[in-house]
Parts: sequence; structure tokens; C-alpha cells
Amino acid sequence: MKLDEFFVTGDPLIYGADVSIALTLIGAIFVLTYFKKWKWLWTEWLTTVDHKKLGVMYIIAAVLMLFRGGVDALLMRAQLTVPDSSFLDANHYNEIFTTHGTIMIIFMAMPFLIGLINVVVPLQIGARDVAYPFLNAVSFWTFFMGAMLFNISFVIGGSPSAGWTSYVPLAGLELSPGVGQNYYLLGLQIAGIGTLLTGINFLVTILKMRVPSMKLMQMPMFTWSSLITMVIIIFAFPVLTVALALMTFDRLFGSHFFTMMDGGMPMLWANLFWIWGHPEVYIVILPAFGMFSEIISTFARKTLFGYKAMVYSMVVIAGLSFLVWVHHFFTMGAGGAVNSFFSITTMLIAVPTGVKIFNWLFTLYKGRIRFTTAMLWSLAFIPNFVIGGVTGVMLAMAAADYQYHNTYFLVAHFHYVLISGTVYACFAGLYFWYPKMFNHRLNERLGKWSFWIFVAGFNLCFFPMYFLGLAGMPRRIYTYGIGDGWMSLNVLATFGGVLMGIGFLILVYNIYYSFRYSPRETTGDPWDARTLEWSTPAPVPHYNFAHLPEAKGHDAFWIMKEEKKQGKAPEKKPYKPIHMPSYSGVPIIMSVFFFIAGFGMVFSWHWMSILGLIGVLATMVIRSFDYDKGFYVSVEEIEETEKKTTL
Amino acid sequence: MESVEYSPNTPLEYQSETGRLNILGFWVFLGAEIALFSTLFATYLVLVGRTGGGPGPEELFELKGVLIETFLLLTSSFTCGLAIHYMRNHSLKGVFLWIGVTLALGLGFLGFEIYEFVHYIHEGAALTTSAYWSGFFVLVGTHGAHVTMGIAWISLILIQLKQRGLTPDTTRKVFISSLYWHFLDVVWIFIFTAVYLYGMVM
Repeated sequence: MKLDEFFVTGDPLIYGADVSIALTLIGAIFVLTYFKKWKWLWTEWLTTVDHKKLGVMYIIAAVLMLFRGGVDALLMRAQLTVPDSSFLDANHYNEIFTTHGTIMIIFMAMPFLIGLINVVVPLQIGARDVAYPFLNAVSFWTFFMGAMLFNISFVIGGSPSAGWTSYVPLAGLELSPGVGQNYYLLGLQIAGIGTLLTGINFLVTILKMRVPSMKLMQMPMFTWSSLITMVIIIFAFPVLTVALALMTFDRLFGSHFFTMMDGGMPMLWANLFWIWGHPEVYIVILPAFGMFSEIISTFARKTLFGYKAMVYSMVVIAGLSFLVWVHHFFTMGAGGAVNSFFSITTMLIAVPTGVKIFNWLFTLYKGRIRFTTAMLWSLAFIPNFVIGGVTGVMLAMAAADYQYHNTYFLVAHFHYVLISGTVYACFAGLYFWYPKMFNHRLNERLGKWSFWIFVAGFNLCFFPMYFLGLAGMPRRIYTYGIGDGWMSLNVLATFGGVLMGIGFLILVYNIYYSFRYSPRETTGDPWDARTLEWSTPAPVPHYNFAHLPEAKGHDAFWIMKEEKKQGKAPEKKPYKPIHMPSYSGVPIIMSVFFFIAGFGMVFSWHWMSILGLIGVLATMVIRSFDYDKGFYVSVEEIEETEKKTTL
Repeated sequence: MESVEYSPNTPLEYQSETGRLNILGFWVFLGAEIALFSTLFATYLVLVGRTGGGPGPEELFELKGVLIETFLLLTSSFTCGLAIHYMRNHSLKGVFLWIGVTLALGLGFLGFEIYEFVHYIHEGAALTTSAYWSGFFVLVGTHGAHVTMGIAWISLILIQLKQRGLTPDTTRKVFISSLYWHFLDVVWIFIFTAVYLYGMVM
């Protein structure tokens, strides 16, 4: 392979990216070396097994990916603003919408949510860490290396261009002969390992690591939503693993699962992909529902309305999520009976979701509402998500779907649910739990600017797309003619997209601004909130709780505060040594070997993939022979830490 | 939590918090494995008959080899159970003996399976022949790869048993690997039925 085949050449945009990647790397290395921070980076972050730090790293990675996916989105909008634009060529446009979709779902939405789950859930259930801290680090690093492998595709070798759904035969070897599709397969495969491990880890954590006094039906709603999400992950991700592996076999080893010849069945891919893909949609929405529940309850200063209904409706949604996948390809021609079945199951999902919407509204009813930034995101979610949901029911009608299918109507629909559901929740959760993570709040003034600009931009960007879809504009086209009459709405959408970009930049500036100027927290409870994570001091000690808290019902921390007001102070018990797990460098090294193996497979350099896999196995053996039992935090250290923290 | 008193009947592997958590976690992992194999089975069954003009299973499957494989693997599951029985009775020697037998049977199974695969490829039915054979080799091969991993993993645990004897940590590992081994046995029963028996009567 020649060097100019290895590196992507010929496009000024790509050269610009090359330069900026090189500059960023050099800058990071320089800063770390100049301030002598390498050792700190390794011992405090890269080898950590602390769920709070892993959560923060997930969120940082997710924000970076949001930037990358957002740039992709703006490039698409730039191309589509005017008819017959020559800003991007067809192939480049295809690559961009493929990476945009894949990155936003797999490398932005999921890690952002999993990051918040990492930070918050153990604290909400009164645990000192997750069930398997080491595995948690493996989860993070395999996600990260999978994401990096996918991301380098646009400068090395070329990006995938068959859409994030990678339908065959387009994604097959004949029509996508380059390495791009291999990046998709291997990047997702490696990241998928991490997601599955997260699923197992948090399922067991939530079931077994709660403080003994917390019953299942007293868990905070975010913890409930996480628990149900983990169940979906455990049963959905193995399907993706198999689907990706089968396509990898097709492309690298000549098997015939999805080929057009020798008995292969292209539609099998669509089925397998969506048997994972639809539950995936709920993997990224249920934790969002959980966060909105917490935030709305906190800032309405009321207990969540209809707690049990909330839990059961999530269980029903999780069950139904595995029974609706065919609605992604009604037009495949599965026949009237099959389409009707999936049409009905799809519409059924609106019922439990509707129950949840009403529960949030009733929680707000007669509440003393505080309009913080986190609350604004949650309030904006409700009407916007309803628009997305109602258009979803429109799409669910199989006969009508023949009209909407593959148009911008669909694009508008899923952006309405994913952005106003998942992205709003990520922002709301970030503002809400930011003081728990970084010991200061994000600036509310900047936060509100960012909120209004982003939400206005979002609606300007995507609402017109419903009408573009009804006017017949197909999705995934790279340009259109002036006679199509789609220009004015596209201009509007681009304008909205730019506003969203500005809103995001203000958020990023807010992170910097608040780091510099926001007052440090003096209490662990800045919002007068209700659940146990707010009972920890600021900053949260690495062992989370000096004494395990007691949960006496819903909103355990609220009850504690009420009792304190009535003068019932909890008795002071002596501290006991706390057992904590040791940090380990094995997870990151193992994941680097996964990266090497994946990179080798992308280019079919088998020596390299074998080398990588041997490395993976070797690190597993090292781990198996490691009988490190962790360490105990001494009583003196706990006393010292508790004195320093403020409560 | 570590200070809980255990009755003498509590097995060693359940005596530590880590032991209990890891065993539960592994059960959950097996749940994910069921989803994984279900997908492979579904794929295989969808592709049955799609031989693209190439050879079909009824021409190639031979009952004898498959029965030997089945017999070896099912017996290994029984001996694996015996190993756990001896472990519960604190007999390190018994554990070594029966895990040794289990591994030997597992290796025997693998040997016959590799022989079978080579035979099919020789007869013109490989991964690349048709969709049907792709499905066959990936389903049965994934099971075989699991057995291989299991043999390597359990061998490493044997070394740790040799170094450390029966402790809550080592017994936990033996117990978890035994769950894995039994699971592979269950999967094989489905393969035997859905692939071989069904393939021969097709």
C-alpha cells in the first residue's frame, strides 16, 4: 500500500483536519511535559478505577465527540443550504452523514449517558464503588479506543460511507471496497465490548450494592432508568456483536451472509441491525427520562408524581423495544400481516411514554418551580419530545409510512426525539450534577443564553424538515435542483443549525468561565435536592461515604433533611476502615492492544491483528494472576478528609 | 460486610463479597451469551437451504463423528460437576483429577470437531462456499472457539490452584469456569439438535 492510499489526500478540508489534529496533539504533549503532568495523568486518571473519575472521562470524550459530530452536521447543512452546491462531493457527503450518525449515537449519546450514570448512580444508591471497578475501567477504555479507531478513519484510509445503518449490499465488499466500512465494523465492535461490560456491571451494582435499607421501589428514578437500560444493553448488544462479526466475515474472509450471491441474504442484515438498533434507541432515551424525573422533581420541590407508574412504564417500554424493529423497513415488503403486527407494537409504545409525560406534568402541577438552566432543559424537553413522539406514531402506521419513508420527515422525527430527549437530558444532567463532579456550578447566565439559542436553533433547524419531507425531499441526498422548491426551508434549517452550534460553543465557554470564576461549593447540596448523591460532601471523597447513609423511603436525602429540621440529628458513629480497590494500568493497556488488533484488521494486516490479540490475551492472563485485594482507607485518613470537606 | 459469620456449609466461593458478586455477574454474562448464541442460531436457521447450488448438509453430515463429539462434551460436563463436588468437600486432589479429565474430554471434542471441519472443507464445503455453510461454520465455530477459550482459561486456573490451594478466590474462579463449561454443554445440545439432527432429516 502506498502512502497516499494510507493517508486520505486531495481535499483541503481533510488537510485542515490533519493540521489541526497534529497541532492539538503537539499542544497536549507540550502542556503535559511543560507542567510535568505526565505522572499525574497516569496515576490519577489513566489508571483510575474510581467511578466518578471514569464518569468524568466518559463525559469529556462525549463532549469531544459531540463537537466532531456537530462539525459533520454543520458541513452537511452547509452543503444543503442552496441547490446544486459544490461544497462537498457526493462521496464526501456520504462519508460525513455516516460518521455523523454513528458518532452521535454510539460515541456521543451513549458515553454521555453512561458517564453520568457512572458518576451519579453509585452515589444515589449509597455505594462506595461499582460491583466491578476494574471492569468499569475496561469498559471506558474499550469504548475510548473503539471511538478513536472509528474517528481516525477520515484521515487514514477513508471513512465509511454506507450510512450509520450500513445496509448491504451497499456496505458489502463490491460496492464499498475501501477500508472505511472496516473501520465502522471494528470500531463499533471494540466499543461494544465496553458497553456490554457496563451493562453487566451496573445491573449487579444496582441490584447488590445498594445500602441495605434502600428497597427496589425506593430507588431514585434515575437509578431505576439505569437498571432497565442495563437489562436492554445485556440482551441487545450481543445481537450487534454478531451482526458486526458476520459482516466482518463477509468482508474480510469471504463468507456469504449478506452477499447477493451464493445464497446470501441482504435483508438479514437489516433485521439483525435493527433488533439491536431499536432497543439501542431506548438505551439512549430511558436514562434521559430518569434524569428529567430527578431534575423536575427537584426544581418543582415535589416528590415525583406516579413513581410506580413511572417504573412500570419503563419496564413496558423495555419489553416493547425488542418487538418493533421491523418498523424501520416497512417498505421492504414483509407483507400486510407482519407490517400490521409491528405497526401496532410501535404505536403501543406511545402509551407508557404518554403515561410518563403526564407524570412529569403532574409533578410540575402546583410545584414551586425554580427556573434553573437544568430545569429549563427539562421543561423544553416535554413539548419538543411530544412533537417527536406524535410524528413517530404517524410513521408507525405502515401504510402511511410508504409516503414518509426515507424522507426528511423521518430525519426530523428522530432528531426531535434524540435531541430533545437525549441531548437536552445530557445538558440538563451536566448542569445539574456538575457541582458534584467539579465542585462548582456552571454559570447560570451563560447557561440560559446557551439554552435559549440552542433550543431556538434546534426548532428552526428541524421543524422545517418535517415539511421538506412532506414535500418529497429524500434523506441522504447530497444536493438538489432549484426546481425542487426546497431551498427556502433548507436555508432556514441551516440558520437553525448555526444557532445550535453557537449554543454549544457558549456551553463550552461556560465550562471554561465557570472553572475560572464560579464560586467553589461550600455544601454538597447546591440545589436543595432530594436523593442520596447530594448527601455527600463537597468535594466527594474518593470513598464516597464515610458512613453508609440510611434510606427511609423515596427521596432519602430529603427525608434526612426533614428529620434534621425537626432536631433529629443522626448519632455520631465512629469511623471504620473502608475497603477500596487499587488502580490498575491493565485496562488501558488491554484496550490499546484492542486498538492495534482492530487497526490491523481494518487494513487486513493479519500480523498486526494477531499481535494485538496476543496482547489482549496476555493482559487478561496478567489480570487473572493478579491477586491484589485493594487497600483499606485508615480511620485517620477518613477523619482528615471529612474535616477538609464541608457539609 | 466481610465480617459476616458463615455456617460451615457455606461453600468457600460464596464466603466473600467478591465471590458472591462475581458469580452473580457471571450468570448475567451467560444471559448475554444466550442472546449471542440465539442470534447465531436464528441466522443459521434462516440460511438453511441457501446452499447456492453447492453441497448441502445431508450429503456431508455423518452421525458417528457428531455422536462421539456429543458424548465427549456431555461427559465432560458431568466430570466438571464432579470436580465442583470434590471442591466442596475440600479435596484439592479430587479437583485436579476431575478437572484434568474434563479438559482431556474437551480436547478430545475439539480434536474431533477440527477433524470434522477439515473433512467438510476437503469435500468442498467451506466458509466461503455458500450462505448455508457460512452460517454453519460461524455458529459451530463460535461454540468451538468458546470451548478453546474455556480450556485455556481453566488451565490457567489450575496453575493458580497449584500455587494457592483452595481459597475463596481460587474456588470462585473454578466455580465460575464450571458455569461456563456447563453452558457450552447446553449450547452444544441445541447445536446437535438444530444443526445436525435437523440437517440430516432435511
